[in-house]
Amino acid sequence: MTEPTPVLSVRGLSVRFLMPGGRRVAAVTDVHFDVAPGECLALIGESGCGKSVLASALLGLLPANAQSAGEARLGDLDLISADERTLSRKVRGRLIGLVPQSPAAHLTPVRTIRSQTEETVAALAGIRGRAAVRDAARAAAERAAFPAGHLDRHPHELSGGLAQRAATALALVGDAPLLLADEPTTGLDRDLVDRTVDELRRHVDTADGTGRGLLMITHDLAAAERIADRVAVMYAGRIVELADAASFFGSPGPRHPYGRGLLRALPDRAFTPIPGLPPELGALPEGCAFAPRCDRATDACAALPPVTGGVACHHPVPGSDVRAAEDVHA
Amino acid sequence: MLELRAVTAGYDPKAPVVRNASLAVAPGEAVGLLGPSGCGKSTLARVAALLHRPDSGTLLLDGTPVRRWRHRAPREQRTAVGVVFQQPRLSADPRLRLTDLIAEPLRATGRREEAPGRVAELAAAVGLTPDLLGRRPHEVSDGQLQRACLARALVLRPRWLVCDEMTAMLDASTTAALVAVVEEYRAATGAGLLAVGHDHTLLRRWCDRTAHWEDVTGGTP
Ligand code: SF4
Repeated sequence: MTEPTPVLSVRGLSVRFLMPGGRRVAAVTDVHFDVAPGECLALIGESGCGKSVLASALLGLLPANAQSAGEARLGDLDLISADERTLSRKVRGRLIGLVPQSPAAHLTPVRTIRSQTEETVAALAGIRGRAAVRDAARAAAERAAFPAGHLDRHPHELSGGLAQRAATALALVGDAPLLLADEPTTGLDRDLVDRTVDELRRHVDTADGTGRGLLMITHDLAAAERIADRVAVMYAGRIVELADAASFFGSPGPRHPYGRGLLRALPDRAFTPIPGLPPELGALPEGCAFAPRCDRATDACAALPPVTGGVACHHPVPGSDVRAAEDVHA
Repeated sequence: MLELRAVTAGYDPKAPVVRNASLAVAPGEAVGLLGPSGCGKSTLARVAALLHRPDSGTLLLDGTPVRRWRHRAPREQRTAVGVVFQQPRLSADPRLRLTDLIAEPLRATGRREEAPGRVAELAAAVGLTPDLLGRRPHEVSDGQLQRACLARALVLRPRWLVCDEMTAMLDASTTAALVAVVEEYRAATGAGLLAVGHDHTLLRRWCDRTAHWEDVTGGTP
């Protein structure tokens, strides 16, 4: 079987912030990954690890003091070198549908959901004529399970779940091949989290396997486990592990000590934190950035670990041996 | 005991968000209050922390009813309860360095001279480095700022701790770290805890018992 052409292909993406006084902050470093059609890739990690910066880089929304290098191919377009005109006319909404972190803030507060949806439908789907726009807006809302009876409400009159659906409806209008969900479940109750990710999943799955791809950025591991096909673990600006979701969350488990630590911190697992704090992105150590917090570190870790088999670690937990290793540590 | 008796509270007396809520936390006990977002549990947490005067009902702290709220509350009641909120950025003065943020309650109660020792002790407990202590809120991550807010809540050695969705914005490791700090503090001091949240898995793991919003409010209008 040949691999389908990825929707998004990121190669060697790096983002540096130039700070006053000439300081450089390495927010994203040498990131590589693909998102296939019909696939959900969850990008997980602690706050400040660089995952939101990565999202901004893909959308062309980095602040002026940022410098990026590398490539992010979406079809035949490179998002990193694209100019603002291309990004605003072709990318945001049309090639990438953004499901935002805080829908209440993303929606325009003074306008009804209907008016915002109609405007988006007219702008992105090229639909003309009052009746056609009206119908298309209703259909767009329905696609995201947003109840038609609530279309004339303003964002502040909606529950968190409905605001999220309204934002998802807008993200879907342009039929973009890539959905980018940035912490879509923050602050939602668990059953709403489940429903939100299930709905996102539905927009990725299509019968013929030509569906859109979904890149979901999240710190919610339970949401990631529920929705993702693959998981990318980010630490100190680098992707330190790229793994199949079933083996990451199930057996044999994460192979990078950081991913293993994150899962062990969950309240339905060991509930023990990873010791220490993530390093400052403006003052990263020479070798492996996780070394000060790592129980497997050796002298070898003073050198940057290469990525081998999807894992950037000198001493990864052997794939078949996680249980045994856990027992020894226990 | 920290006791909420038949508390009705809100922002519009005609439409209270909390109706007839009763809940008690025994000394040393950890009680988790579970409820969906928007149900009013944060308002009840603010009542328990002496930050919101209820329309009716009583808050008893170790048998003494609370009659005055916020800065008008008597000092010994105000300092008996420490509180941590969901959004550290909304509850931290953006002008203060973290070290001053943590020491703020000491200064407000005229115990400024205790600050250096107490801040150093708590910074170590919550895992903040000296470098981070010198920064202002916009120069640290949400997780780092919440660590400082927890240290501030503990600085006066409260007998009661109210944590309102303390970890809702945080990743798994920071969550486990902050819960561990609270539990170490409680083990050392015997403080009681009211943890309010919507995450069943977390509160069941953390607390001695959990109560559901419907049961606490008794269903009575
Ligand atoms: S490279 Fe070394 S320090 Fe880094 S995660 Fe692997 S074992 Fe730990």
